[in-house]
Amino acid sequence: MNISRRQILILLPAAAVAWKSVLAGTPEASPNYKMTDHWWSMLIDIPKCIGCGNCVRACQIENDVPDGNFRTWVERYHVTDENMVSPEVISPDGGKEGFPVAAEDAGKYFFVPKMCNQCADSPCTQVCPVGATFISPDGVVLVDQKYCLGCAYCVQACPYGCRYIHPEKKVADKCTLCYHRITKGLTTACCEACPTGARQLADLKNPNDPIHEFLKTHSVQVLKPQMATGAKVYYNDLDGSVR
Amino acid sequence: MIVFKEARHLFHFAGLFVLAFLVFLVARHYVVPKSFGEYGHYRGAAIGEMAAHPIKFAGHQACESCHSDVLDVKSKGKHAHVNCEACHGALAKHADDPSAMTPVLPDSAVLCARCHTASAAKPKGFPQVVPADHSNGLPCDTCHKPHSPAMDAGGAN
Repeated sequence: MNISRRQILILLPAAAVAWKSVLAGTPEASPNYKMTDHWWSMLIDIPKCIGCGNCVRACQIENDVPDGNFRTWVERYHVTDENMVSPEVISPDGGKEGFPVAAEDAGKYFFVPKMCNQCADSPCTQVCPVGATFISPDGVVLVDQKYCLGCAYCVQACPYGCRYIHPEKKVADKCTLCYHRITKGLTTACCEACPTGARQLADLKNPNDPIHEFLKTHSVQVLKPQMATGAKVYYNDLDGSVR
Repeated sequence: MIVFKEARHLFHFAGLFVLAFLVFLVARHYVVPKSFGEYGHYRGAAIGEMAAHPIKFAGHQACESCHSDVLDVKSKGKHAHVNCEACHGALAKHADDPSAMTPVLPDSAVLCARCHTASAAKPKGFPQVVPADHSNGLPCDTCHKPHSPAMDAGGAN
């Protein structure tokens, strides 16, 4: 095949453009899902949580979370009259296999499921030096693992300890609010597996979502409100001792 | 006119800057991903990639579309609001192709105890038992049928 220098010069840029579109890939669009129509959040009903660990296990299965890391975990608080300020908190293996039986004892016990708070003004996305973590237009804090350098700035910045560096991929990893599920009309894996309905996925932009009535009629709180993170995981009946 | 005598050098230097800037622009064009900045300071295509992650839990709607008989029993019992995969585990593979994967029947001794073992930490209104005292070692499903656990439910499975 004979190609003149002129032909090569014409073909090169065309090939470069073609190669670029190959590199960019085609994002798999979920039909009928419009990001601007949603603003995702979650409701956690503390009095309903029995500490079974179903959510932790389901999350680990659904999202291939490595052992020893958690996108969601459950803590058990034990608050007595003497230790209101620094209660005893346990979370054996993230509460994955449940908790040791608590003897009838002084004080009160309760379970607090924790996860990414999907902050609207999240500290983690603000510190990323390369734009690898961001708040999606539908209000979910996500990590672009192809772009992440693994510098762990965001891991330090999260006031809730919800991020970790994936031991194999060496990039930041966190709860995606099961983005691959909620964009297809399913609920998150943790909500699907919760036997008592202690966790409820909620869409704040959907006027028919029961979250609106719930927020109006219940004593609801977010974690660390003093940090003004715009947290969107709402806790019903949250004890003041929870940090 | 001594000031402009060496102006040629300045033009060379300026030309170098312009060239470097052009090289920067070209490099930037090729290095920055196409969708960067589509929605904000990040790669817009990352959202689609995230949404493409495969599903492991099929969701109770998928189960109910075939197993409507179980739904009928379950919806009348105490476990009406417990989703199928809360006990049976992630079964999207089975939902996609029932012949590809057969769900394993959960061991009631482990499964029931996980939620119903008595503990002072659990909410007071939640039904709890000390398994050893409660059943004398018998498996839970001797008396309780998991889909409708009340004893007077007539042993419906």
